[in-house]
Amino acid sequence: MASDETSGKDLTPADSSSVEHVTAAAGTAVVARDAVANPGFPPHRPRVTDLDPRAEKRAERTVYTLFYLSIVGSVFAIAAYMIFPIVPEDPGSVRLNNLFIGIGLALALLALGIGAVHWGKALMHDEEGIDERHPVRGSDETRARAVEIFQEANTESGFGRRTLIRNSLIGALVVFPLPAVVLFRGLAPQDQDPVALLKQTMWEKGTRLALDPSGSPIKASDVTLGSSFAVIPEGLQDLEHGRLEEKAKSAVILVRMKPEDLIQSPERESWSYDGIVAYSKICTHVGCPVGLYEQQTHHLLCPCHQSQFDVADHAKVIFGPAKRPLPQLPIAVDEEGYLIAQSDFLEPVGPSFWERQ
Amino acid sequence: MKPAETKKSGGFTGAAANYLDERTSISTAVKELGRKIFPDHWSFLLGEVALYSFVIILLSGSFLTFFFQASMAEVHYDGSYVPLKGVEMSVAMASSLDISFDVRGGLLMRQVHHWAALLFVASIGLHMLRIYFTGAFRKPRELNWVIGFVLFILAMAEGFTGYSLPDDLLSGNGLRIIDGMVKGIPVVGTWISFLLFGGEFPGTDIVGRLYSLHILLLPAIIVALIALHLLFVVVHKHTQYPGAGRTNNNVVGYPVLPVYAAKAGGFFFIVFGVVMLLASFFTINPIWNYGPYDPSPVSAGTQPDWYIGFADGALRLIPPGLEWVWLGHTWSFNILIPLVGLGLFIGVVLLYPFLEAWVTGDKREHHILDRPRNAPTRTAIGAAGVTFYAGLWAAASSDIIATHFKLTMEGVIHTLQAVVILGPFIAFYITKRVCLALQKKDREIVLHGYESGRIVRLPGGEYIEVHQPVDEYERWKLVSYADYKPLELTPNAQGKVSPIQRVRAGLSRWFFEDRIAPVGTKELEESHGDHH
Repeated sequence: MASDETSGKDLTPADSSSVEHVTAAAGTAVVARDAVANPGFPPHRPRVTDLDPRAEKRAERTVYTLFYLSIVGSVFAIAAYMIFPIVPEDPGSVRLNNLFIGIGLALALLALGIGAVHWGKALMHDEEGIDERHPVRGSDETRARAVEIFQEANTESGFGRRTLIRNSLIGALVVFPLPAVVLFRGLAPQDQDPVALLKQTMWEKGTRLALDPSGSPIKASDVTLGSSFAVIPEGLQDLEHGRLEEKAKSAVILVRMKPEDLIQSPERESWSYDGIVAYSKICTHVGCPVGLYEQQTHHLLCPCHQSQFDVADHAKVIFGPAKRPLPQLPIAVDEEGYLIAQSDFLEPVGPSFWERQ
Repeated sequence: MKPAETKKSGGFTGAAANYLDERTSISTAVKELGRKIFPDHWSFLLGEVALYSFVIILLSGSFLTFFFQASMAEVHYDGSYVPLKGVEMSVAMASSLDISFDVRGGLLMRQVHHWAALLFVASIGLHMLRIYFTGAFRKPRELNWVIGFVLFILAMAEGFTGYSLPDDLLSGNGLRIIDGMVKGIPVVGTWISFLLFGGEFPGTDIVGRLYSLHILLLPAIIVALIALHLLFVVVHKHTQYPGAGRTNNNVVGYPVLPVYAAKAGGFFFIVFGVVMLLASFFTINPIWNYGPYDPSPVSAGTQPDWYIGFADGALRLIPPGLEWVWLGHTWSFNILIPLVGLGLFIGVVLLYPFLEAWVTGDKREHHILDRPRNAPTRTAIGAAGVTFYAGLWAAASSDIIATHFKLTMEGVIHTLQAVVILGPFIAFYITKRVCLALQKKDREIVLHGYESGRIVRLPGGEYIEVHQPVDEYERWKLVSYADYKPLELTPNAQGKVSPIQRVRAGLSRWFFEDRIAPVGTKELEESHGDHH
């Protein structure tokens, strides 16, 4: 086909290309001296379609039927586009639109593809061809000429001789991208210090605890035993700018349990109110919201990487990759009975960062 | 050249071809490539699937860009999807919903894009495994392995950036995890996060920035590297499996025109058709169920797209408590160990061709593929790597595994930790033994034939199974591999053996010590008459 059959007899062993490779017995093949010889190509086996004209005719029919079927699929897809429009506020219509355009297109594509492959496999000339391989490296002549070209270029330009020009050129090329790198400083605002920002949240003395997402303040009496709430600082929803950024730091989970179940260190005894405790909802591992509260065990689970925190015991880590407990928000109750923060968190919330300590 | 004379009567086609050739010399390309031979094997299709799914991604992605708006400005959703009406969300999320619910065929294209992306990364991964286990990365193809590896990384980067664009709850949590990981990097982490997000997380810049990467920079690099990758395939000519008549100096198969034009061209449409079927019948990434990004809520059972799983799993499997304050700074080893560990892992993948070439000292060109069993140590290393990856990957679904099979969270994590640490060693040992056993079986078949299933009772009453000899073409597949011997320690010119040589010899011994030699002619002759 593409080349003659002679290369079939070309039974050079696998390492024939390693002419220059004499030094290393290292790991080279131990070609057994009595290696079995390559028997050459097996006799060609004709296909059914080569032998039986009826089979050939059948294959031909299959191929053009598939191509016509593909046309049908394409037309069907266009028709489906019109027959199954999207009706506003009817999700069912979206499904039908998706399904029928898709089925039409899939039929068009699959029939076309299968038809072409079947044509190639069953009807096209089936005898394998042979190409010869040559070593990938250029011939010695080509390589010598390449070296020569570089030498000529070097002589003619004086690149190697005029070292001052060469070195200053290299210097200029190294330095010229640096301004571009500096420009990327502009990716972040100039007037903000990330470390300072990471160390503060919206909570401050007297901020009321509000429900997420409604933003209505929470009365201590509304927090029933065993319940948990997602909490945001009051006023967060009214922020014009930076609402999500503030929420990403100040989201809190509020839990009420029996005061006798609560283990509290002496310095934190005043941070809770009648068994109500508030902890940062942002995982100290990589910052996912710690959302899943298990009432019976007082465990909080982070659904991203399964860190578990014990709310009854300072939200300490009891399992998983997180190291630090969730920071606790000191809370109290104002004169109207609403829960308020005593202050901001006393440590940065969320994942660790280099300058945290 | 005298064009007037070369022009032949060929009707319109001839005239058009002549017009084109006189301006482009296209006939040279047709002459060089038109009858180029490619060998045939199902495993060679894996790379084709990758290429075609990329084309599908480009087509469907171009459609999506006409509708998607990469802005994080807040709007109140006012589209067709009733449950989210009036909900505050970013323009990116709202336009993604519009593509899904207000553009005819928009959801289909979104799903085609997403399914094709999942297939793209998967087929690259399988293609790499095929290359690895058959030794196709050996000289002269090491650099093409590197290009392919970079493409694999870029494909995952494309996947992740695209996944993040709709700005839904799930993708926002994914970005938050990235932010948390970046912040854990010593010295520069805080600032990288700050620069990446344009201030504090989540900011209003990230979607626009990822969009530039996703539709411009990354695809441009991928297209260029794919072109280079394929150019090298042409330069090297495709590898082939061992077979009768096939040598290191030829390539046996079918020509580009017409057979591969039909088969490969047809295969593109088949891949496209399968993706289209998936997109028609199976929902992928239903962002309308997740809602817009909000830093506080989260749903249980969050999963990244499959190809990010190994990284997410690494984060989950890290043992508790690995974070300390030292020298006044926070060292987050619970993040650094996964980062560095995965970096080392993919570093070994990247460098493997060079490592193996150094250990074996093999400097010859290889165009005949190894059957995996004939390179037992390499195959075993590959199995160990796959086991390591699979353990991490499974860990990304640790919670799903726990709830689905009613296991404890802790039990699943501890088991997978054991899988990741011990599994590779077990996999290495078992795989190597299996390879050697298969080689022994090959020898057995060559020397004594295969079991015919025909039982014969001998006059003495004894039953035997008749063994049939294999024909010489089948036999060639079983005996045509090289037998390597370990590197021997040889002193250099100064009569010394350098420590590096010692390491190399040790590794070489480890690589080649256990081996089964291929059957030679002498053995073959001796075994004749032995078939019954």
